[in-house]
Amino acid sequence: MRYLPKSPSERREMLDAIGVRDIDDLFSSIPEDLRLQSPLRLPGPLSESELIQFFRERAAENAQGYSSFLGAGVYNHLRSVVTDAILQRGEFLTSYTPYQAEISQGTLQAIFEFQTLACELTGQEVANASMYDGSTAMTEAVLMAERLTGRRRVLVARSVHPEYRAVLATYARNLGLEIVEIGYAASGQVDIPALALAVNAETAAIVVQTPNFLGVLEPVTRVAQLAHDAAALAVVAIAEGVSLGVVRPPAEADIVALEAQSFGMAPNYGGPYAGVIATREKYVRQMPGRLAGQTSDAQGRRGFCLTLATREQHIRRERATSNICTNQALCALAATVHLCLLGKEGLRETAEQNVAKAQFALSELEKIPGVRRGLTGPVFNEFVIRLPRAVRLVNAQLVRERIIGPLPLGQFYPELTKCGLVCVTETTSRAEIERFASAVRRILDRPIRENLT
Amino acid sequence: MTDRIKKARQHTSQNEGLIFEKSAPGKRGTDLPPLDVPAVDTRELLGAEYARETIEGLPEVSEIEVIRHFTRLSTWNYAIDLGMYPLGSCTMKYNPRVNEFVARLDGIATEHPYQPPELAQGCLKILATLQQCLLEITGMDAATLQPAAGAQGEITGLLLIRACLGSRGNPRKKVLIPDSAHGTNPASAVIAGYEVENIRSDARGQLDVESLKELVSEDVAALMVTNPSTLGTFEPRIAEVAELLHSRGALLYMDGANMNALAGVARPGDFGVDVMHLNLHKTFSTPHGGGGPGAGPVLVKKHLEPFLPVPVLVEKDGRLALNANRPQAVGRVRAFAGNFGVLVRALAYTLAYGPGIRQATEDAVLNANYIRKALEDVYELPYASASMHEVVFSDARQKRFGVSTMDIAKRLIDYGFHPYTTAFPLIVPGALMIEPTESESKEECDLFVAAMRTIAEEAATEPEAVKTAPHSTRVGRLDEVAAARKPILRWKPKPSSEAAD
Repeated sequence: MRYLPKSPSERREMLDAIGVRDIDDLFSSIPEDLRLQSPLRLPGPLSESELIQFFRERAAENAQGYSSFLGAGVYNHLRSVVTDAILQRGEFLTSYTPYQAEISQGTLQAIFEFQTLACELTGQEVANASMYDGSTAMTEAVLMAERLTGRRRVLVARSVHPEYRAVLATYARNLGLEIVEIGYAASGQVDIPALALAVNAETAAIVVQTPNFLGVLEPVTRVAQLAHDAAALAVVAIAEGVSLGVVRPPAEADIVALEAQSFGMAPNYGGPYAGVIATREKYVRQMPGRLAGQTSDAQGRRGFCLTLATREQHIRRERATSNICTNQALCALAATVHLCLLGKEGLRETAEQNVAKAQFALSELEKIPGVRRGLTGPVFNEFVIRLPRAVRLVNAQLVRERIIGPLPLGQFYPELTKCGLVCVTETTSRAEIERFASAVRRILDRPIRENLT
Repeated sequence: MTDRIKKARQHTSQNEGLIFEKSAPGKRGTDLPPLDVPAVDTRELLGAEYARETIEGLPEVSEIEVIRHFTRLSTWNYAIDLGMYPLGSCTMKYNPRVNEFVARLDGIATEHPYQPPELAQGCLKILATLQQCLLEITGMDAATLQPAAGAQGEITGLLLIRACLGSRGNPRKKVLIPDSAHGTNPASAVIAGYEVENIRSDARGQLDVESLKELVSEDVAALMVTNPSTLGTFEPRIAEVAELLHSRGALLYMDGANMNALAGVARPGDFGVDVMHLNLHKTFSTPHGGGGPGAGPVLVKKHLEPFLPVPVLVEKDGRLALNANRPQAVGRVRAFAGNFGVLVRALAYTLAYGPGIRQATEDAVLNANYIRKALEDVYELPYASASMHEVVFSDARQKRFGVSTMDIAKRLIDYGFHPYTTAFPLIVPGALMIEPTESESKEECDLFVAAMRTIAEEAATEPEAVKTAPHSTRVGRLDEVAAARKPILRWKPKPSSEAAD
């Protein structure tokens, strides 16, 4: 086997050195009746070329060569080959968590830079080294708010990503948290009057996402004000980081849960991505996850090490701020390299292109008889359109033209059955948008009956 | 001194500041294609409440500066690609390069989790095949691939236990955890809403079955056990423990962190485990990447299947799909279908070996025992029980000269190795926890043994050299106390008056 660096005679030599007859002797501590009597029934072994062939065949069974208008928490943005070249350096790819600071300065300094970038993007004072993803980062942000306030009532906008809310519900169930969902207005923004009625002295946090799941920017300043008036915390989730190139950062929020997938990570059928929690400096000791800090050695040379570890499970065990251990370090590195390449101007330009393309797509779709914009609030690169018939029926026709259409919203919001979520980014060309709009027009021109056949 | 050090010699390493310190207005590392639709004034469109003026702190640097910056940083890291990484319980094995290649293929990396299942059959088949392989390797009945890491696997498994016992009428209150366990075990139990009762290991460092008989009351939901334990020894009475728990209505959770000692040799499903997780970034070779990403699939016996988190893979008429409509499910533990890219790599690893995965396990156990034999006359072996894939020594003999496990670990760096795991498990004072994995050749093991023996000598003859190690790195031991007392967690621009410094 090509991964195993021993010859049969070396194995023999080693067994002799240990003083055992054969390899089975080294497994004698496993009771006989618990040992496997026959080989596992597994496919393989495959050589390198066979492996590549296997995965190429799987790739061909997916959606290669389709135009896609899906976003909804996972965004397709330009990714430089430079980012991947850095990621594939074995010194980053194959290194462990940087507990041994002297031989992990590369990873540690990169984390320190990631933390800085996350602060700059979100307008917060401190950020951690990463969480699993946006959904678990938001959930951990809520648990953090519960620890900070000692309260257990959490108001969550219904416009937050349905899967993020589902993860929060899973964790909250056994911790005695009361989750109250707050609806959205015709704008698509959280219903502010309803929020004002629901917030009270038991409220630990108000949670919104911006841009929200429906693509609409939330009025974070007003939400934070409502939270702070009740001495509660404002938790803001951000699933589309590129929006921060043109959208005001949630500086008034107390905790921000950012999904960094948009910065250099491919869609990957759902992961791996990188969540990050950013917050105010005064809350850092209740923060989950690893942190890198700057310090120096005995000669006064600048260096970095993991710090404030007494919050973490390997020191504090059942009293830790979180059970997280392995995080998404390499994905955070991707975000770091990607953001350094983009820089201040590149991020702004990317974000502006997203806005312009979304506005163009919206205007093209609105020209089609029967198609309307679904919500009135301000958007970044995603918006809701209302069709004269079920989105699924239209999408089934679009697939025949190698287009993956809008995300049908009825599965998450029963009141939005004829609504779909359209996403366009800087990677979507004008020609693709026009082809999509004309396909929708043609499909809607035909009677439903014809579309069913 | 240098002739003692066989594996390494010093070389020049480049200095490099923070990327922010290289920034100058107007530089950039990316050019975008020109906008092909009408431009929009975003400030006007979004309005003052939503528009952002500037992003001050993003660096402005060119492509070559980005490449050099991160390449220089990378040279300050140790890595498996450079040599042995004997971290106990971390299973730092070779990360096959072909796995990186296939995970990046067009049609694999590019797929969106919400594309319709008929256009994602390839992704779903990858998940289904991996799931089947993991069930065969562990002897369990059903699985979820969703958890993002081992710790998330633990919380998922405990939620399953809570749901299962709840459905029988009482979720119970406590989870028993041996004192040798990893810190995530108790931390996860608390998030699942359980109290933790830490239980003492017996004189051999193993589960104390007699005292367990006293401890497993009506309040106990489960025992969380790592097998082989963090001492690297198999729990010989595991089946009896499972029976005891079951007879009292409790369940057995197995932390699969040490599955690299068992794959192809024995299956947790055969010794009574009800629920377990695997760490694909350990046993299944997906790269650690400086701390993640990982994946922590959870495998269960039939009676826990109805409670698995959504979505679960289903097959109908030869087509695969994800089903989220399961009334008894514990919910969702992460958005989307899990760390798919990690799962792709784990499948590539498994298919590369096939049934031959047993050979990897045998070599891992062979290496650990070879190192044990070669060092047991110079380092204290606190527990004599048989080692599997890792061996735990203590610093008891070196302590006499004031040299601790941390000092020995730091000195190992000068010899060209990453340190072993220090001061864990907690039941061994001054532990040296060594896991070589199957990826090390006899030559690399011999170099490691030589380094460890030389350090043992140095501890007696020139302890200062060990206590002040490492001597060969670009920074010495860092002031961690100062770092925690007054945390500096981000770069800040110097005030303009100091900018000339």
